[in-house]
Amino acid sequence: MEIKEQKREADLLRFITCGSVDDGKSTLIGRLLYDTKTIFEDQLQNIERTSQQRGEEYVNLALLTDGLRAEREQGITIDVAYRYFATPTRKFIMADTPGHIQYTRNMVTGASTANLAIVLVDARKGVIEQTCRHTFIASLLKIDHIILCVNKMDLVGFSEEVFNKIKADFETFISRLDIADVSYIPVSALQGDNIVNRSESMPWYEGPTLLYTLENVHLGSDLNLVDARFPVQYVSRPQTTEYHDFRGYAGRVEGGVFKPGDEVMVLPSGFTSKISAIETFDGPVAEAFPPMSVTITLNDEIDISRGDMIVKPNNQPQTSQDIELMICWMHEKPLVKGKKYIIRHTTREAKCLVKDIRYKMNINTLHKIEDDLNIGLNDIARIVIRSTVPLFFDDYRRNAATGSLILIDEFTNETLAAGIIL
Amino acid sequence: MSYSYKLSYLKQLEAESIYIMREAVAQFEKPVLLFSGGKDSIVMAHLARKAFWPAKLPFPMLHVDTGHNFPETIEFRDYLVNKIGARLIVRTVQDSIDQGLAEEEKGPNPSRNGLQTVTLLSAIEEFKFDVAFGGARRDEEKARAKERFFSHRDEFSQWDPKNQRPELWHLYNGRKNPGEHFRVFPLSNWTELDIWQYIAEEELELPSIYFSHQREIVNRQGVLLAKSEFITLLKGEQYEEKTIRFRTVGDMSCTGAVESPASNLEDIIAEVAAARVTERAARADDQRSEAAMEDRKKQGYF
Ligand SMILES: Nc1nc2c(ncn2[C@@H]2O[C@H](COP(=O)(O)OP(=O)(O)OP(=O)(O)O)[C@@H](O)[C@H]2O)c(=O)[nH]1
Ligand SMILES: [Mg+2]
Repeated sequence: MEIKEQKREADLLRFITCGSVDDGKSTLIGRLLYDTKTIFEDQLQNIERTSQQRGEEYVNLALLTDGLRAEREQGITIDVAYRYFATPTRKFIMADTPGHIQYTRNMVTGASTANLAIVLVDARKGVIEQTCRHTFIASLLKIDHIILCVNKMDLVGFSEEVFNKIKADFETFISRLDIADVSYIPVSALQGDNIVNRSESMPWYEGPTLLYTLENVHLGSDLNLVDARFPVQYVSRPQTTEYHDFRGYAGRVEGGVFKPGDEVMVLPSGFTSKISAIETFDGPVAEAFPPMSVTITLNDEIDISRGDMIVKPNNQPQTSQDIELMICWMHEKPLVKGKKYIIRHTTREAKCLVKDIRYKMNINTLHKIEDDLNIGLNDIARIVIRSTVPLFFDDYRRNAATGSLILIDEFTNETLAAGIIL
Repeated sequence: MSYSYKLSYLKQLEAESIYIMREAVAQFEKPVLLFSGGKDSIVMAHLARKAFWPAKLPFPMLHVDTGHNFPETIEFRDYLVNKIGARLIVRTVQDSIDQGLAEEEKGPNPSRNGLQTVTLLSAIEEFKFDVAFGGARRDEEKARAKERFFSHRDEFSQWDPKNQRPELWHLYNGRKNPGEHFRVFPLSNWTELDIWQYIAEEELELPSIYFSHQREIVNRQGVLLAKSEFITLLKGEQYEEKTIRFRTVGDMSCTGAVESPASNLEDIIAEVAAARVTERAARADDQRSEAAMEDRKKQGYF
């Protein structure tokens, strides 16, 4: 069954900037803020002062997002910075992610909640490995829109030829990925060409500016309104005089629509009941849909706890202990086949065993590497895990909330990998 | 299925914050909500009520009291706590000083802002809190723009901004080793304007100092400080009466006012939407150095 795309008024766009180190991501975000006049005077004074102290020729707009001491000292981005701005047509949450390979995990962090990725390429360097890695991660995470910004056009004489060459290279690479919508814009983040204002130096480029593209890209809903999924977060038992017998299941709707009277099934027990009410602080509601946080009460007393999932009997998720995953490995310690890890999936926590490593991706060629299965920092691989308890999940492409999980180190409690259920 | 399955932006933010709060309460044993009496913590307390209704708040609120508060804030704090039936814990910087844990700054106008960290950490220790909700927003300050929703603190309560845990989708990893704790920021994605619009939409009450009033202030290097026992006039300074309000609420010794005629929420929203400086520009504590906030945060500040 096809998931019908919902025609909705696009009110919020979450995007990231990504690409290789020093390609100008932070500068571009700064330029967007500056040219849309969303920088505050004190912030501007602050970065003007710092740029001057550092003897820089231009006001360094990257300092608007590179807020950590270490970032400013090294002139690189280490962790994602989130910035918020709005134009009359849209609200934007943007995440400026680091290009340095060492901090790929922070890029994945920013990308996991984005609908669009601006991939930057330095016009002098063209498409390089980190460009490919970030683009591949974006496609893995189901980011449907990519804008390739060929940056630093000022350093290549604003050459149309250079732009076309990079565009062609990127088209070749991306044709093997499943990305719905790609656009190409030549820019200079430093000088502001084609960011908010049209470039006077590139009359040969007739397409829209970056801001125009961001404001007009068509956003279907990324919410699934078909498959009803309600992972139970918390069981509410107030035990006050007024609500003495109240027993509600608090959580967020992660798919589909729930209404009072709906017949529902609880996993893993398989018991069925009817929704008696959908409660909120502001009163009961007639229906609940993503991403609402509500409290559901049922007609029957059933044993339900955190990690269980309320669904509809005629539309159940897959239930299994054996799960095929693509993972982005995010730790210096390598993945060990046969080792136990903790998994967090929806509101469920369990342990799992890595049963098999199927292959590792060659990021440049997108070929599968099957003769070297050592999975280390920043590797992307396909693996099979077996969990101690069944998970209730959907294919990530169908529902990112029920199709994603993380792997956690059982001893240090660090987050090790992002997992995408196939 | 139709067009109507859509939450307004504020309702989306609300749903996200509620989700985060429930997630923290489910994953931790002893949560606490840091309550300053300012607009962000008032919104947070409101969201917490929504998250756990019909139950009462499953955690106490903690006020780290510098002793340099606006009296209006304290009055409002007590009013609100009583109204919503919450449990309030107050720990004072003065006690930390008396116990020899902290030392008052030198100079004519010592700020107790930094010392709050000491008091906060000893309260966390005293009650064995393992997670503290903070009302910080990413749009407030450049170091805060980097913070995760679930922010890990090591056994010395330190934040390591260079080595934060990845935070993927909305899967929050609150696992920790003994002695460590977390700070959780449910308002991370809210902007100042969102907060004001939400306050208006939900008709939340606020301390009076957020609204325009007449007050004696002294202009110290561009920061308009309210007359109080915590301010000693320097040579050449004098108080003057102005029509002002406060955009943030902190200590009287460092929170600057803005000149403003905005006396109701509608006017404040219009003013915030048109503002040319950030709300923290009026905070003397953030003007001390370029990385003032990051440095305080690393030590365990809110
Ligand atoms: N000439 C020129 N220089 C640029 C342009 N955009 C950025 N730069 C410079 O390139 C350098 C790196 O810029 P950043 O914005 O910090 O790069 P980044 O992609 O954010 O780097 P990481 O976050 O560390 O990966 C800085 O010196 C910028 O001034 C451009 O359009 N033209
Ligand atoms: Mg950067």
